[in-house]
Order: sequence, then structure tokens, then C-alpha cells
Amino acid sequence: MLDPTTTSDKALGRQEVKKTTCYMCACRCGIKVTLRDGEVRYIEGNPDHPHNQGALCAKGASGIMKQYSPARLTKPLMRKANAKRGESAFEEISWEKAFDIIHERLEHIRKTDPKKFALFTGRDQMQALTGMFAKQFGTPNYAAHGGFCSVNMAAGLIYTIGGSFWEFGGPDLDRSKLFVMIGTAEDHDSNPLKTAIAKFKRRGGRFISINPIRTGYSAIADEWVPIKPGTDGALLLAIIHEMIKTGLYDRDFLVQYTNSAELVINDPKSDDHGLFKRVEMHYEEGCFDPENKLWWDRDLNVAMGTHTPGCDPYLLGEFELDDGTPVKPAFQLLKERVEEYTPEWAEDITGIPAETIKRLAHEMGVTARDQKIELPIQWTDTWDNDHESVVGNPVSFHAMRGLAAHSNGFHAIRALGILMTILGTVDRPGGFRHKAPFPRPIPPCPKPPKGPEGVKPETPLDGMPLGWPADPNDLFVDEEGEPVRIDKAFSWEYPLSVHGLMHNVITNAWRGDPYKIDTLFLFMANMAWNSSMNTEKVREMLTDQDEEGNYKIPFLIVADAFQSETVAYADLVLPDTTYLERHDALSMLDRPISEYSGPVDSVRIPVVEPKGECKPFQEVLIELGSRLGLPAFVKEDGSRKYRDYPDFIINYETSPGSGIGFLAGWRGKGGEKFLKGEPNPRQWEMYANNNCVFHYELPRSYQYMRNWNKGYLEWARAHGMTRYVEPITLHLYSEVLQKFRLAAQGKRPGKQPPENLKKRVETYFDPLPFYYEPLESKLIDTQEYPLNALTQRPMAMYHSWDSQNAWLRQIHTHNYLYVSPKLGDAKGFSDGDWVWVESPHNKIRCMVQFSESVEPGTVWTWNAIGKASGAWGLSPKANESQKGFLLNHVISEELPPCESGRHISNSDPVTGQAAWFDVKVKVYPCAENEPEVTSPQFKPQRKVPGQDAKRGKWQLFFAGMFTKK
Amino acid sequence: MHPAFSVIFLTTLIGAGQGLFLALYTGQVYSIANLLDPQDSVTFYAWGSLLALFLLALGLLASFFHLGHPERAWRSATQWRTSWLSREVIVLPVFMFFVMLYGLFNYFGLTDVLFVVRGQLPVDSTLLIGLLATLMAFALYLSTAMIYASLKFLQEWHSPLTVVNYTLLGLASGFTLAAGFAAWTHANLVGFYVGWAVIFTMLGMISRFASLYRNSRIKRLVETSNAIGVKHNRIVQKSQGFMGGSFNTREFFHGKSASFVRFMRNSFIVLVFIVPVVIMISAANAGSFHLLIVAFVVQYLGLIAERWYFFADAQHPQNLYYQANG
Amino acid sequence: MTQLALVIDLNVCVGCHACVTSCKQWNTSGWAGPLADQRPYDQDPTGTFFNRVQTFEVGEYPNTETVHFPKSCLHCEEPPCVPVCPTGASYKREDNGVVLVDYDKCIGCKYCSWACPYGMRELDENQKVMKKCTLCIDRITDESLPERERKPSCVLSCPTDARLFGDVHDPDSEVSVAIREQGGYQLMPEWGTKPANHYLPRRKAKIQIHEDELDRADNPLKKEAPLPAAEGETLDDVAW
Ligand SMILES: Nc1nc2c(c(=O)[nH]1)N[C@H]1C(S)=C(S)[C@@H](COP(=O)(O)OP(=O)(O)OC[C@H]3O[C@@H](n4cnc5c(=O)[nH]c(N)nc54)[C@H](O)[C@@H]3O)O[C@H]1N2
Ligand SMILES: Nc1nc2c(c(=O)[nH]1)N[C@H]1C(S)=C(S)[C@@H](COP(=O)(O)OP(=O)(O)OC[C@H]3O[C@@H](n4cnc5c(=O)[nH]c(N)nc54)[C@H](O)[C@@H]3O)O[C@H]1N2
Ligand code: SF4
Ligand code: SF4
Ligand code: SF4
Ligand code: SF4
Ligand code: SF4
Ligand SMILES: [Mo]
Repeated sequence: MLDPTTTSDKALGRQEVKKTTCYMCACRCGIKVTLRDGEVRYIEGNPDHPHNQGALCAKGASGIMKQYSPARLTKPLMRKANAKRGESAFEEISWEKAFDIIHERLEHIRKTDPKKFALFTGRDQMQALTGMFAKQFGTPNYAAHGGFCSVNMAAGLIYTIGGSFWEFGGPDLDRSKLFVMIGTAEDHDSNPLKTAIAKFKRRGGRFISINPIRTGYSAIADEWVPIKPGTDGALLLAIIHEMIKTGLYDRDFLVQYTNSAELVINDPKSDDHGLFKRVEMHYEEGCFDPENKLWWDRDLNVAMGTHTPGCDPYLLGEFELDDGTPVKPAFQLLKERVEEYTPEWAEDITGIPAETIKRLAHEMGVTARDQKIELPIQWTDTWDNDHESVVGNPVSFHAMRGLAAHSNGFHAIRALGILMTILGTVDRPGGFRHKAPFPRPIPPCPKPPKGPEGVKPETPLDGMPLGWPADPNDLFVDEEGEPVRIDKAFSWEYPLSVHGLMHNVITNAWRGDPYKIDTLFLFMANMAWNSSMNTEKVREMLTDQDEEGNYKIPFLIVADAFQSETVAYADLVLPDTTYLERHDALSMLDRPISEYSGPVDSVRIPVVEPKGECKPFQEVLIELGSRLGLPAFVKEDGSRKYRDYPDFIINYETSPGSGIGFLAGWRGKGGEKFLKGEPNPRQWEMYANNNCVFHYELPRSYQYMRNWNKGYLEWARAHGMTRYVEPITLHLYSEVLQKFRLAAQGKRPGKQPPENLKKRVETYFDPLPFYYEPLESKLIDTQEYPLNALTQRPMAMYHSWDSQNAWLRQIHTHNYLYVSPKLGDAKGFSDGDWVWVESPHNKIRCMVQFSESVEPGTVWTWNAIGKASGAWGLSPKANESQKGFLLNHVISEELPPCESGRHISNSDPVTGQAAWFDVKVKVYPCAENEPEVTSPQFKPQRKVPGQDAKRGKWQLFFAGMFTKK
Repeated sequence: MHPAFSVIFLTTLIGAGQGLFLALYTGQVYSIANLLDPQDSVTFYAWGSLLALFLLALGLLASFFHLGHPERAWRSATQWRTSWLSREVIVLPVFMFFVMLYGLFNYFGLTDVLFVVRGQLPVDSTLLIGLLATLMAFALYLSTAMIYASLKFLQEWHSPLTVVNYTLLGLASGFTLAAGFAAWTHANLVGFYVGWAVIFTMLGMISRFASLYRNSRIKRLVETSNAIGVKHNRIVQKSQGFMGGSFNTREFFHGKSASFVRFMRNSFIVLVFIVPVVIMISAANAGSFHLLIVAFVVQYLGLIAERWYFFADAQHPQNLYYQANG
Repeated sequence: MTQLALVIDLNVCVGCHACVTSCKQWNTSGWAGPLADQRPYDQDPTGTFFNRVQTFEVGEYPNTETVHFPKSCLHCEEPPCVPVCPTGASYKREDNGVVLVDYDKCIGCKYCSWACPYGMRELDENQKVMKKCTLCIDRITDESLPERERKPSCVLSCPTDARLFGDVHDPDSEVSVAIREQGGYQLMPEWGTKPANHYLPRRKAKIQIHEDELDRADNPLKKEAPLPAAEGETLDDVAW
């Protein structure tokens, strides 16, 4: 063999290196792709990219195998005329024909009733475009994955601190000293988070993980606090209790930057009970959170306008205003609220010893108070006070779906927001930090349409398909208070469902409740499998026909890159490109990859040719928008406005001349402007020359305290990132929620909940967080079904995407149910045995593995490893379908009938967040004679035309000469 | 370890071939020393050598099935300085060469006395060639056994008993075969060979039992805690990092149940030692060729089981990294 | 003499498998490739990998530690896999201590894999030659790459920087310093193989809270008590 040190890899073929952005997951790392003779030889993290700084994860490093996957769709397909849905019998058609079919159908719908067209997208990053398309079309029936993903996280924190974890903000681990991670396995910021945690640990920071399971990140935590699922609210409230009791809160921060000291009307008989006392005062027009509220001054013992210079208000106490109104500072109400939430009370609920809860509170409080960081950065607040420095309390948190994916998640997350608030760690060094375009007003300005009149034929939607209700009158309901959207978002059932409820779309459309739709268009969403609850039934609904033999969901279009389970149910399949084959804009209008230091957006630029007839989905939308004559896509004369997607990205502006487009970097004629500026014809080129990323680093004085940082807010307004230069006061007490409660109590004019929902709204729209058992647990027999069943993200797999990847599937070929050995002992099964996992709705057969890293009342598995037989280009005998299983079969999309209704979604009553992690099960051994294969099984899914032929026994990849054998 | 059939056949076949040759040569030495009747050099020594060569060649052939690249097998002779495998690879053909010479010289009757030692011991060329072949036979036992015995991590193998066993079991099977061969050629050496075969079988039994006893009480020098460097007495592997198996799970595990392994052990004890001895003793007087061949076949089958067990019994420390059921 | 090696920090390894697949992709199309995959889309897929990440559980609930354990050739200084090789295919480089296999010489006898106590060698079932981590010899020695990229693929990709690379014989190298200062250890040193790769152990950060830190004069609660009101007589009224 050649001495490897004497030749260079470059000598093996013609080599080129191109830069783009990874999309093996939503993290969006910068990558460098090395090609050899036009074939991908090596993908590496781009060290000059601010996001991942050279790191690459297991998925990112397996991108090559995505290109060669036999699951790739390569041709537009139409269901064969004589074939039934779900049989996966298709014929190839031309793109032209596909466009004709869609055009004809959608044109008719748009002319008659636009809401009969529903566009739902999964784990994509094109919401700016898809959402705009829906709005232009005029349908409100649009949402992405947010509702079934982590809307509780978004809503819970954005309604509290004006920003959130997820893709909106995160922990400042560079400067933090104590880091508490709650209910997170992997999250979106996969690589940056890993890098940050490692650095943090190396610096000697203390890392605590609160999670029923110890894997992944939790594995390297200094302390693991196993908690019973669904009980974090109790833990967090008990910690708040202990902190208030011991005085471990940042008083100055609470007074200045939060509504803690603001006086709340405390008169249960009054219609304004629970609202802030408002007084006549001048405030800016259009302001979202006017400061016409009062503090009670300690020295003079009188009420004064908030932020009156020199005023030092009480946080605790009870007062009476001159007009006789009894009032209490918001913080007093919080103190009263947490009175009963003692650590001892929480011990029983969470399974965490009271001593541990107290210690956690003390560790947080003392670290925040005694290890302050002071950075010599001058800044000016919105009340025109100059500050010589930025101070931080170095306790940080990160939380994700472990908190979010429960039906009590919204309040648990509010409790976390409040904990961060009283620790004084919001947008400060070492604490939580926002990422542009956050912080945003509480709540942000976009609103859904106000009623059915917002939906009109041949007219764009009047409002945003998704928005942020600030008041009951912002709900999207009809005269009777009934929903207008197919997923019932923004109705009284789930008033703050700011990301929609995608998980109920199929069930609702099938049932025709609230109405029937015509065409369901799914993009990058595997709704016949891992993103549906009650998957087995949902698959039946997709094929269900009425008496006349018409499908209950008449037409289903699926745009996907792979032969997913959902493809089998499509009437029309549109083959998308992969991330290495297309242009993409990861826009500031969607969820960009901003850094704490300032806004960042990025692009993808194709590095290889599309396979077969694959067409980027963006091109499909632009084509359809042009054909349908949607205003944004055509000129005045109705002719096509944009040549293609790259052209659209360059030239589209949110409104003519707004200067705001999809990409923030290199705007202006010559690329001299950013965020706002005229279109630049060479914008793509400039991104390409700059690692495909635009990063604007804010001046240091604009990088902290952004909720109240005048300089920053003025800058943000000037660059079109926000509408107001107003302080974004933290909502320790949520008046927004109280308004809904008052409406439910009949105390407010305007929209009122229907009778059956009054109690529900009144209960769950509590202005202060409270703990309640997850909804489903209240309605089922938890003695019979005592165990919590969870899923976790495996680091080396993205949802259902990667079983078609020859390298990644070797790491997770099938999944086990991980259980405590104690459970096996009690139920009489051993490690490796086959068991039944049964919930009140359904049951699955699978294999167990014993584990000591799981809270004994919890069982769990890796998410979405199990596949339907024959899908994903795999052999019907592949382990994924024979030994792998999908937990979703036992999770119901609706609650058992209850007083709120017969078809209430299994979701958080405030936000409509899918309650994936509420499911309760029992586990018992299989009978001796049962087959050793997972149940349920489905008839093997047939390959579709255009998929690569079955690969042989061997695959030998060597870039430049991919050989089959 | 995973018992590879190529290696099982290689070691048992050449072991028997070596033993057979040594038996022939012992016979010759005895006869030269006038302790036994001399035999016909063609029918007995030449055909006997051919039989030995046949076994050796079969073994060699089997060994090729073990190689990924048999066409490059010649390369394996290059590292004799450090590798017992290389030494085996060299010694085996050299031994075969001497056995062949020995057979040819006997066949062509090139047995004229060359010189007489101390006036008593007439030395002919076959005696000299045989002596060299004998040295090679022992060198081969040593090389073969040392391939295993030299791996200090494989504690079951890393013992002088491995060398002793390979040698004694090879001798036992070779002498048993020699007894049968003697009966077939009507040489009056049956009693002689049966005697030695029984002795070698019994000695082999003692040393094999000694190694079974030793191995049953092996104190593991490393545990999972040494393997990953974490001090704790309860460490359980949860994932091997892949699920469809790997070279490590195929090569170092036999994949059979504990009861099957026990069955193989009991089988070889009965088949290698007890049954052949009983058959041989009863056959010795009758001089029954058939019974003696049965004894050899039984013993050989037993040796296959013995070798299978030899591999299956060895716990490779790498297995510490492959304990998960996932 | 130079001995290149990896130092793997178990204190920060989160078990993400990035090192596993980045190793695969670099090496399958490189000097040591292709790394075959068998039954890639069928039952029980398997293939050649130079690096695997395993998981162990230490202790019992609730005192469980989950340990992610990356595993690739340790480039032993006394590599038992080398002298046993009958063909000389398995060798240790003089210039940098990397242990390699020459596929052109290897006969696939597997003997070296038996001699490796760590299970770090894998026979490529398709090419029928022995394969193992090459320490990315074709990257680390490629002078046409910029200095910062002349590192093993797994090291470059690792999101937690849990993999350090360098010369363990140079006392001032990053790896030697890490080994010295952070308790770097070798796997199964009992065998005398002197692995060049080292592992860094888990470390625990704790916070000590003292009584007096909870009971302090500046407790903000003290500001919440109503100020004492002036009522009735005071000494001021009665004393002179
Ligand atoms: N039990 C359980 N279920 C869950 C969760 C859970 O925790 N537990 N998590 C939920 C969450 S948070 C989410 S976000 C969802 C995700 O659920 P989904 O977004 O519905 O599902 P994915 O598996 O991400 O894949 C959607 C489809 O995208 C396709 N795809 C991949 N790349 C491309 C591309 O480039 N173009 C196109 N057009 N298609 C592509 C894939 O082939 C796949 O069919 O799952 C949810 N489901
Ligand atoms: N590799 C990879 N990365 C991904 C994805 C992927 O599929 N693969 N998916 C992406 C998507 S769409 C999303 S939404 C994110 C989600 O990222 P995560 O939020 O990290 O998602 P999950 O894996 O669902 O993790 C939930 C965690 O919460 C814990 N948990 C569950 N219930 C509770 C509880 O009641 N209390 C507490 N304290 N913990 C609880 C679980 O044990 C688990 O560790 O990941 C993104 N990143
Ligand atoms: S974290 Fe996501 S975007 Fe980053 S490298 Fe991995 S798969 Fe690609
Ligand atoms: S890449 Fe790094 S963190 Fe991930 S498994 Fe490998 S060593 Fe551990
Ligand atoms: S780890 Fe194994 S293969 Fe690597 S040098 Fe050491 S003994 Fe050889
Ligand atoms: S398998 Fe190859 S490298 Fe290993 S000992 Fe045999 S010839 Fe040498
Ligand atoms: S050094 Fe190179 S060959 Fe070795 S494990 Fe790392 S990436 Fe693989
Ligand atoms: Mo998600």
C-alpha cells in the first residue's frame, strides 16, 4: 500500500470545496462540502461559522448517505386511478401535469372558500415562505410543527419575559456558574449547546440536570435530579416558595424590570379584579404595555406612578388607594400563591426529597446573589437612567420539551420564567440571553384574524395565520365563539395556540369538525407516522370514505424527499430536493440562528445537482403562487413576478419598499446595508463569499438588558426588528391571562367562551402559575395505568428521517423500551423480554431493556426509530419495523370525553401544545407463544416509481466511484 | 471466542498427522533398537507417511479457508522473528517436506545403512530424515499451541498446559490412528501403538483436565472497571454503539447457550478419552482394524468438540466492551 | 520520538456519535477505504467502523452515572497486535507511533485482532483485510491542508472537544498537559500494552452553601416590613 504520508487525498480526483448550511437537522450548522469528481467526499463543520465553529454532529457527518438513500423520491407521482389510498400504488407524471392538477384544484377553492385548503408543514425551516403563501392564498389553515412541538415553551416564556428558549434565546454558559437543565435531551441548538456545556464544565461550572432519565447531556451533569414526569411545575413553585421565604431574590431587578411591584386590583367583586390599577397618564400611541400603573412607595407610603424617580416601592403588602380600591403588589400575590407550595408538598408529587429542593433553591439563590458578574459596559435604560455597568447573576437554565410537552406545561414554564425573573437572570451575563429578533413585546404584535370575515374568496387573509392574542377579542372565533380554523387554534378551547394544533388537523378534517376541507397539503411532515398521535387510527382516517365512496379528506398532496409512511397516503407526491441540492434562506422572518451578540441568518447554496426530477419545494410554491395569481407573486398585470426562488429571495419585500426581505445581510444596492435596505442583486453571491452566513454583531452596550435597553430598542426599531422603543417589562403577573379569566367569568365585554368551556378557561387562565396534574391523568384510571411513557431524541437520528441512512441506522437499528429493573421484578419479565405496553387507548408489543438511569415510575424509548414495514427504502424485514416500535400508537390525540367537550385535544388548555409526554401506561410480559415482532404491524409499504432499485448485500462508498456490489 | 471450523480442522488434522508420523518414527526407532520387529518400508513407512501427509495437507487446506486472502498466504512466512503464526506457517511445510522425504526414501528403499553408532545402532537416511521431521513435528506442536498460549490476554489459553495439550492430544490421535494403520497393514505393531495411544490419551486426559480445572478457577485480571477505567463494582453496558452486530460480536463470541457449551465439554471428555480407550483396549487383543478405526474416528470427532470447546471457553477481554443485549 | 495519540475526555463526552460517522465518512473515501456496509437497507445492517461510542451505566438508581465511552485503536506503544502478525501487514510507524495495517500485505487471518485486548480491530468482511483507526494518517500528515485541519476527522467534528490530539511524548503538548493535570489514564494498563491514547475521568463540581449565607443582614425581605409608625409617647416626649 502506498505510504499514506507521501500523497495527498487531493490527488485521488478533482477536488472542490463548497460552503453551505447543514440540514440533517434544524440546528443549521455551517458546513464545508468537499467534492471529488463531483461526488461528495467529505462534509465538515465550517470553523468560520459562528453557529457551530467547526463542530459537526453524527447526522451532519452522514449527509453523504442521504444523497444515496434508496428512499429518495425522484419523480412526481399520482395515485393510480384504480388504486386505493394507502396502497402506495403510483404512476409517474410530469411536473407540468402535477402543477395543472394542483392549480385547478386550488384555484377553485380560492374562488369559493379558501379555508378548504389546508397547508401544514412539519419540522421545516420555511415558515416565512409557507406562511406567506397561506396568507396570500387566503386560508387560515396553516401551521408548522410548533403546536405539537414546543409551543408551551414559546408561549410560556414569551408571554412572561418576551423571549424564550428553543430557537429564541438560551443560557449564557460562557459566564454562567450554575446551570440547570430541565427536560432537555438534545434540542435544536444541538452543536452549539454541546460545545457550550462542555466549555462550561471545563471552566468548573456546576451543571444540574432535572430529568426522569439520565442520558446524553444529563450523563455529564454534576448532579442528576430524577423527577416524576409532569411534575416540574410543582418543583419550580416549591423552589420559588423557598426563595421567597429565604429572601433569595433580586429585589432591585424585580422592582425595576418586572411588574412585581405594580399594584393589582384586589377586589373579587369588581369587574377589574386582578387587573393592574391603571391611571390617567400619557403614553405612546400603539404601545403594547403602557406604564400607566402604580407602585406603593415605602418612604412616603403612597401610591405613585411606576418608575417615578426616587420611588422605592413595596413588593409585599396590601394597600388601599385613595379611591378606596384595595390593591396588592403583584409580588405579594405570587407570595400568596406559593404559600402552599412547600418543598415538603412538592416532595410527594415530584419524588424529589424536600431537602434537595431546598438545597437547589439555596444553590441558585446564593450563586445569583453572591457571585455577581459586573461587566464594564455602559448602557442606558428606557427610563433614561445611565448605567456604568452591566450586572449579571450567573445562574442559567435551559428547558425544552420535558417541560413543554405536558398539558400543564404552560404554567410550569411560566413558573420557570418567574424563577429566572426573581433570580434576576434575564438578558444578563451568565443568565438567560435573547437572540434577535427577540425580545419582542409581550405578547408580540402579529394577530390572527378576528373572525370568519377575515377569510374571503380571492383575498389574502386579514391577519396572520398565526399570531399572539393579547386579549380575548383577539381570538379567531365566530359569533358563537366557535373556531374558524380547522385545528381550532385561537378558539376558546386553546386560546393562546400561537403555533396552531397540527396534531388535530387530520382528525378534525376527517370528522368534519368544525367543517370539511378539500385539499390537505403536507410538506416535510410525516403525519401518517411519527408526528401524529394515535397513529394507527389516523392512518385509517386518511383512507376513510363516506357513503358515496369519497375520501373524507378529499385530496392529499405530500411534498417530501423520501418514501415516508405518509407518502403512501398521498394522491399526489412532489419530490423535493435534499439540502445539498437547493437554495434555502434561513430567514430572520422565521426562526434564524441568531447569536446572543446579534442577529444571524444564513443560506443554503446547492453543492450538487438535484437527483432525478426533484424540484425544490420553494420553487413549487413560487410556481403555484404565480399560477394562482397570489398578489405577492405577480405583477400588477397578473404576470409572474419572480423567475425562481433565488430571484424571489433577492427581490421580495414584506411590502413594497419596506426594505425588509427574507435575508438580512448585504441589503441595499451594493450590499452595504443590513436588516433593512433595498434588494441587492448580488446578495446570494455575497452570502456565498461569507460562509453562507450573515452575522451582525451588536455593539456591546446593546447586547444585554435588551428588554429595557434604550439603545438596543432604538437600533432594533431603526432596523425593522421591532415596532416600539418601549420597555418590555417582565410579566411575573400575567394580566393577559387574567383578561381571559375575566371573560370566562362574564366580567368583560366582547368575546365570551361558550358555556362548556367557561370553567376550563377560568381555571387555566390563571395570572399566576399553579400546579395541576396533567389533564389526561385526571380522566383515566391511574391505578390501572401507573407508568409515564416518554420518548427522547437520539442524538444520532432526526425524527423519522434517518433510518434510510446506511450509517446512522447501524447506530439505532431498532429501539427498546427502557425500564427500571424494579418494574421487571414486579411484573415478572427480564432484560430483553418482549412486553406489552398498554395505555387506555391502544397497546404495542416491544422489547424491554433494563436501565438504572430512569426514574422507576417512567418507561421510555428513543423517538421515531420504529418504522412501518417497507417504508424508507428499507426491506420489509428491516429491524426498524420488526423490532422497532413507535410509541405514538398509545398516545391519544384527544382526551376522553369530559365536561369541556367530547373532542377536546390532548393538549395544554392554554396553548394547544400536544401533550405527548402525558401518556400513562402499564407494562406486562407477552405470552409465551406470541411472535417476537413488534405490534402493530402494517402491510409492507410498496416502493414507488423512481426509487433506486434495492441495493445488494454490500455498499462500498468511495467518493468518485460509488460502487454497487 | 468464536470457534472457526477452519482452525478446528487445521489444528486437529495436523495434530493427528504429526502424531501419526511420530508413531511411525517411534516404531522405526524401536525396530532399529531391536525392540520391535522391523516393518516393510514401503507398505508401512511409505504409505504411513503418505497418510500423515494427507492429514497435514487437509489441515493446510482447511487453514486457507481461514484466510481472507489465501493468495497472499506466502507473506505469512515473513515474520518468523516475532510471530508464532508465522513460525507455524514455516514449520508446517518444512515438516511436511521431511515427512514426504521420509516417505519417498522409504518408498524407494533408500535405506542403506550409512553408519553405525557405537557399533550398535545402524543409521540409515530415513532415520536421519525422520529425526529432523520429529524435531519439526515438535516444533510444530509448539508453534501451533503457542499461537494461542502466547496471547496473555486470553487467560484460558495463556498457559504451558496449552502446549502440553496440543502435543499430547496430537500424539494420542496420531498413535490411535497408527494402531489402526498397523492393523490394516497387518503389521504386528498394534499392541505397541495401542499401548502408547492409551498412555498418550490418559496423559492428555490428565493435562486437559488440569487445564479445565485451571480455567474453571481463573481469576480475571481485568473487569469492566479496568476496561473503561471507572472504579465501581456495578457497571453494566447499555449500548455497544451499533445494533446489527459487528466483527467484534461475531469473532469473539460463540453465540451458543451455556448448556450447549457444557454439552460440548462433556462430549469431548467422553469421545476423546473414555470411549477410544475402552475401544482400543478391547480391540487390542483382537487386533481388529475396524474397531481401531472406530476408535480413531470417535477420538477425532471428540477432538473437534475439544477444539470447539477450547475456543468457546476462552473469554477474550474485548468482550468486556460487548456485553449489552442491544 | 513522537507518539501521536488521542486523549478522550469522558467528563464532557455526551455520546453524540459525531466522531463515529465523521470517522466513517473521512476514511471510507480515503487511504483506508472503502469501509464496507453489509445489508445497508436490510435486516441487521452491519459495517466497518473505526470508532464506536458505547454506553455504560455505573451504579444503581438514583446514584447512577451514565458513561459514554468512545472506543478506537489506542495506538499502543507496545502493541501486541503488531508482533503477532505473520505477514508484517500490521505495523507501527517509527516516525509518529501510529499503528497501521497494510491492506496489500494482510491475509485476513484475524490473528492481530485476537491479540488486541481492546477489540479495536475490525475485519472488513468485504475486502477481507483487517482495518482499524489510522489516526487519520492521511489527514494529519497532509501538508497541503492548513495546519488547523491537520487533525483526525473525529477530533475536528467533536462538538464538545472531548477529543484532544497530539504527541504524548512531548511533555508540553496539549495532550500531555491534559493527561498530567486531569488524571489521564490508560485502559487495562495491566496488560503492559502501554496504550498511547488516554482517557480523562469524570469530574464533579459542587457548591458549598454555608449557614450564614442564608441568614444575612441584606436580606431583601427586611425591606418589606412596614416601617414602624410613630405612635404614642417616646422618650423624647418625657425625658430631659
Ligand atoms: N411520540 C412522540 N412523537 C413526537 C415527538 C415526541 O417527542 N414523541 N416529537 C414531536 C415533535 S417535537 C416534532 S417537531 C415532530 C416532527 O415530526 P415531522 O416533522 O412530521 O416528522 P419528521 O420525521 O421530522 O419528518 C417529516 C418529513 O420530512 C421529510 N423530509 C426530510 N428532509 C426533507 C426535505 O429536505 N424536504 C422535504 N420536502 N421533506 C423532507 C421526511 O422524509 C419526513 O417524511 O414529531 C413529533 N412527534
Ligand atoms: N438528534 C436530534 N436532535 C433533535 C431532534 C431529533 O429528532 N434528533 N428533534 C428536534 C426537535 S423538532 C425538537 S422539538 C427538539 C426537542 O429537544 P428536546 O426538548 O431535548 O426533546 P426530547 O428528546 O423530546 O426531550 C425531552 C426530554 O425531557 C425529558 N422529560 C420528559 N418529561 C419530563 C418532565 O416531565 N420533566 C422533566 N424535567 N423532564 C422530562 C425527557 O426525559 C427528555 O430528556 O430536538 C430537536 N433536535
Ligand atoms: S446539529 Fe444539525 S445542522 Fe448541525 S451538523 Fe448536526 S445535523 Fe447538521
Ligand atoms: S464526538 Fe465527542 S462528544 Fe460526541 S461521542 Fe464522540 S467524543 Fe463524545
Ligand atoms: S489498541 Fe489494539 S489494535 Fe490498537 S495498537 Fe493497541 S493492541 Fe493494537
Ligand atoms: S489479519 Fe492481517 S494484519 Fe492481522 S495478523 Fe493477519 S495478516 Fe496481519
Ligand atoms: S483518528 Fe481518524 S481513524 Fe481514528 S477514530 Fe478518529 S477519525 Fe477515525
Ligand atoms: Mo419539534
